[in-house]
Amino acid sequence: MELDVNHLFFWDPILFEGTPFSFNRVTLLMVVAGLLCLAFFKAGAKGRLVPKGFFQNAAEQGYTFVRNQIAVDVIGPKDGPKYAPYLASLFFFIFFCNLLEIVPGINFPVTSRMAVPAALSLLTYVIFVFVGFKKQGLRFLKDTLFPPGVPKPVYLLLTPIEIASVFIIRPLTLAIRLLANMMAGHVLLTIFFLFTHDFIWPWQEGGLGISAVLGPVTFVVACGLLVFEMLVISIQAYIFTLLTAFYIAESIHGHGDHADTSEHEAHQVETQRPLTEGIEAPATAA
Amino acid sequence: MTDLITLAQEGGLTDEGVATIGKGLVYGLAAIGPGIGVGLVFSSAIEAMARQPETAGETRTTMFLGFALIEALALIGFVLSFII
Repeated sequence: MELDVNHLFFWDPILFEGTPFSFNRVTLLMVVAGLLCLAFFKAGAKGRLVPKGFFQNAAEQGYTFVRNQIAVDVIGPKDGPKYAPYLASLFFFIFFCNLLEIVPGINFPVTSRMAVPAALSLLTYVIFVFVGFKKQGLRFLKDTLFPPGVPKPVYLLLTPIEIASVFIIRPLTLAIRLLANMMAGHVLLTIFFLFTHDFIWPWQEGGLGISAVLGPVTFVVACGLLVFEMLVISIQAYIFTLLTAFYIAESIHGHGDHADTSEHEAHQVETQRPLTEGIEAPATAA
Repeated sequence: MTDLITLAQEGGLTDEGVATIGKGLVYGLAAIGPGIGVGLVFSSAIEAMARQPETAGETRTTMFLGFALIEALALIGFVLSFII
């Protein structure tokens, strides 16, 4: 049996065929994921001070998680909350796009087509470059291309590596990571459910054999993989958001690890703490 | 290498078969290094969390960061196996 992978990812247009606005199942599912995201926050943002009901609790919990665990922890207590709305929308859009992978009857993660991760990672790319120039001016370019504290001749080797890693590899890996994870999950689930189908079919027709043993086994493995994919879905949404926050943080605070020390110093001046207490991170205190 | 391929063809392997073996090898070889790396990341993170449970949140963030950067290598291999 030969599996043509293209059948799993390419769909015929259903609307506006032949125009640039050609609309197929993937686009439809992307719109569905966007609407789900909107409905989730609409149901959550009721404006009640005491949260009531499942959706408001879930939405508030989700937003608080992104704001405290990602934005404030990575970017810092001062600048973090400003980027929390972008990070939260990113997180929940990717989460709902991925979630369609294990929804029965749909079984297609929108993020397994390159267009969606590529667009999201381009957005992140534009934001972190823009924030870098806005916060640090031309020093952003200078610090990124010529990291301070390095002997002069090393720049011959270091500068090309830095250009490639910051401006080319970063957005590329951000997109490919999400795409490949979802693609792998989709192919894996398809293969195992296809095996289950192919093994159980002759068994029903009375042809007992090795398939009587293998059919149930592949079915159990496929069900286990569904649970595993649930984990992958959440982790990929988390990682994409985390890396975005990390790149933005690096653009705000400058290159390398002196960002942490300056932040700690600022925090110490702010609260007038003795030197020994300044070791703990400000984020945990917030 | 060309000798090997001609030998394989005489043995009944077609060009397509060789290409399929190559695709399998690309992903298999690409998964070795990241597999070891991800194992090291998680083992160190578990150790750090067990020693200092109060910094577990920070450790987890850093752990996922390292995990994501390493995992990208394996996934690039996975995508390459489809492209070639």
